[in-house]
Amino acid sequence: MSPAESVSSVRSEPEAQPESSIQPERWAPRRGATLRLIGAELRLVLGRRRNQVLIAGLGTMPLLIGLVLYFTSGGPHGDGGPGFIAQVTQNGLFLVVSALFICLPFLLPLTVAIASGDAVAGEASTGTLRYLLLLPVSRTRLLVAKALGALAFVAAAVAAIALVGLVAGAALFGLHDVVLLSGTTVPLSEGLVRVLGVVLYVGASMTGLVAVGLFFSTLTEVPVAAMAATVVTAIVSTVLDSLNALSAIHPYLLTHHWYDFAAFLRLEVDWTVVAQGLGVQAAWIAVFGSLAWSRFIQSSITS
Amino acid sequence: MSDTLAIRTRGLTKRFRTGQIAVDGIDLEVPRGAVYGFLGPNGSGKTTTIRMLLGLVHPTAGEVELLGRPMPQAAREVLGPVGALVEGPAFQPYLSGRANLVHLDTCDPSADPSTRGRRVGEALDRVGLGAAAGKKYRQYSLGMKQRLGLAAALLRPRELLVLDEPTNGLDPQGTREVRSLIRELAAEGITVLVSSHLLAEIDQVCTHLGVMSTGRLVLQGPRDDLARHEDRRVTVTTTSEHLVAARQVLDSLGLSDVVSGGTTVSAALGEVVTPTIAATMVAAGVDLVEMVVSEPSLEQVFVELTGEGFDVAR
Ligand SMILES: Nc1ncnc2c1ncn2[C@@H]1O[C@H](COP(=O)(O)OP(=O)(O)O)[C@@H](O)[C@H]1O
Ligand SMILES: [Mg+2]
Repeated sequence: MSPAESVSSVRSEPEAQPESSIQPERWAPRRGATLRLIGAELRLVLGRRRNQVLIAGLGTMPLLIGLVLYFTSGGPHGDGGPGFIAQVTQNGLFLVVSALFICLPFLLPLTVAIASGDAVAGEASTGTLRYLLLLPVSRTRLLVAKALGALAFVAAAVAAIALVGLVAGAALFGLHDVVLLSGTTVPLSEGLVRVLGVVLYVGASMTGLVAVGLFFSTLTEVPVAAMAATVVTAIVSTVLDSLNALSAIHPYLLTHHWYDFAAFLRLEVDWTVVAQGLGVQAAWIAVFGSLAWSRFIQSSITS
Repeated sequence: MSDTLAIRTRGLTKRFRTGQIAVDGIDLEVPRGAVYGFLGPNGSGKTTTIRMLLGLVHPTAGEVELLGRPMPQAAREVLGPVGALVEGPAFQPYLSGRANLVHLDTCDPSADPSTRGRRVGEALDRVGLGAAAGKKYRQYSLGMKQRLGLAAALLRPRELLVLDEPTNGLDPQGTREVRSLIRELAAEGITVLVSSHLLAEIDQVCTHLGVMSTGRLVLQGPRDDLARHEDRRVTVTTTSEHLVAARQVLDSLGLSDVVSGGTTVSAALGEVVTPTIAATMVAAGVDLVEMVVSEPSLEQVFVELTGEGFDVAR
C-alpha cells in the first residue's frame, strides 16, 4: 500500500466503517424528549383545520344566543329558564355563564368525544401509531401526550365559548355589577372572578369524560366508534341521573355535578360542593385513565 | 446472543384470535450486512412476521432477536437504529410531506433537534421527493407516499432497515430507483430486510432469500445457493435426420426425462457433464448444431415452492 493510499483510507474510515453494534449514547432519549413529544402533539391537535373549525363553531354559540336575546329582549321571557339567562340582557357577563349552560348537555360532550375518541384511534386508523411506536416512543408517554392534546382541545373549546361570550356580552349588553343568585350585588371585578370560577369548573367537569373517551380510543381503530361511545356514555349518565330510583348512585355519576358551577354564583361559594364535583371527576380520571393505560401498553398494533 | 445475525427468530408463531395461524414456527436468519429478500404471496405471513420482529404484535410462541437483543423486551434500546416501513406508509393526511417528517422527528426521543431541518431535507432528496415536499400527503400518489415512507425510515443513520413491500404501487422506474437505493444502503453496510410478493422486483439486489408459504418459511439461504442445479436441463439442437441418433445418445448416457421434437431433444442433466454429452454425440456422428443448458429460474423455484404463483394464498 502506498503512503497516499493509507492516508486516504484512514481519513475515510469514520464514514465507511459500518456500525457493528448499537451505540447507546446516540439512541438514548435526549433531554426534553417528552416535552417535545407533547409540543408536537399539541401542534398537531390545535393546528388541525377540523379542530379549529369545531372550536370556532363553538365560539359562535354565545354570539348566537346573545343576538337572539338582544333582538327578543322586548318580549316576555324568563319563564322557567335559570335566573342567569334572564339576567343576560341586564348584564352581558351572564352571557358567558348562559352559553356554557346551553353547551353543557350536548355540544361540550360532543367536543370532548371528538377530542378524546380520536386521540389514539385516529393514529391507529391512519396507521401512524405504529410508526410512532417504532421511533420508539414509549407507550406510556404517548398516552400522556395524547391525553394532554385532548385536554388542550377541550380547554380551547371552553375558552372560546367564554371569551366570545364575554366580548359579545359586553358589546351587546354592557358589563355591570353582578346580581348573584341570592339577590346580593357584588362589584364587576368580583363578578369576573366568579365567572372565571364557573369557566374553570365547567372545564374541569369535562376531564372525566376525556379519560373515558381516551379509554374507548384505545379499544378500537375506528375513531368514530370511540367518539360515539363517549357521547353515549355522557347521555346514559344524564339519563341515569334523572331516574329517582337510582338516587343512591347519583353522586358518583359522571354528569351529576356538572351544573354545580352555580355554586360560584351564590353569596358564599360552597366549596364542599365544588370539591365533590371535582372529586368525582378525579375518580373517573383515575379509573378510566388506568384502564386506558393498561389496555394501551399491552395492545397489539395490527392496524 | 448472536453477533453475526441482525435478525434471528426461533419457532416464531402467530395465531390470531380468529384462530388463523398466520406465522407457523419460522426460524428466520438475516446475517448482518445482508440484503435479505423476504418473499411470499399475499397472505403468506410476511407482514405479521415483520410486526413481531419489531414488537408491534406479540408472538403466540417463539423468540425474536433483533440486533442481538430479545424483542419485544429490548424494544426501547433496539428500535432506534432500525428504520422500518410496515404494511405501507402512513402519515397525517392533512400535513405536507415535509411537515410529516418534521413531526415524526420531533416525536423521536433520541433525534437531535438542531440537525432536524438538514436531515429532513436530505431524506426527501434521497427518495426524490424534494420538489413535492410541500404538497399535502393526501394529494400524494401511491408512489410518492411510498417514497415518503422510505424517507422517514432514512431520517437517521440506521443499522437495519426493515422494508415491507417498498415497491408496492411504484411504477417500473420507481421500482428501479428503490432497488438502487437498497443497493446504496447495503454498500454503506446497512442490513436490509425487504419483503415482496414479486421475486422479480427484488431478486437482483438480494444476497439472501427467504420464501414464505402459508405461514411457513419453506426456503432460506444465500441467493446463489438456491437455484437448484440438479434441475438443470440440456437441450441439443441437431438436424432432423440426426434426431433419433441424438436421442439414443442421451438415453445411452442414462439421462432421464428425454423429450424430442422437430430438431431438438432435451433431457434432465443430472450428474452428467456437458463435455461428455458433446463427445458422445460427435463420436456417434450426430451433427451438433447447438447445445444449451438451462437453469430453472428462481421465479420457477418460487412459484413451485409457494404453489400459488400470483394468487392470494388464502
Ligand atoms: N389482525 C389480524 N387478525 C386476523 N388475521 C390476520 C390479521 N392480520 C393478518 N391476518 C391474516 O394472517 C395472514 C397473513 O397476513 P400477512 O402477514 O399480512 O401476509 P402478507 O404480508 O404476507 O401478505 C393472512 O391470512 C391474514 O388474513
Ligand atoms: Mg403484507
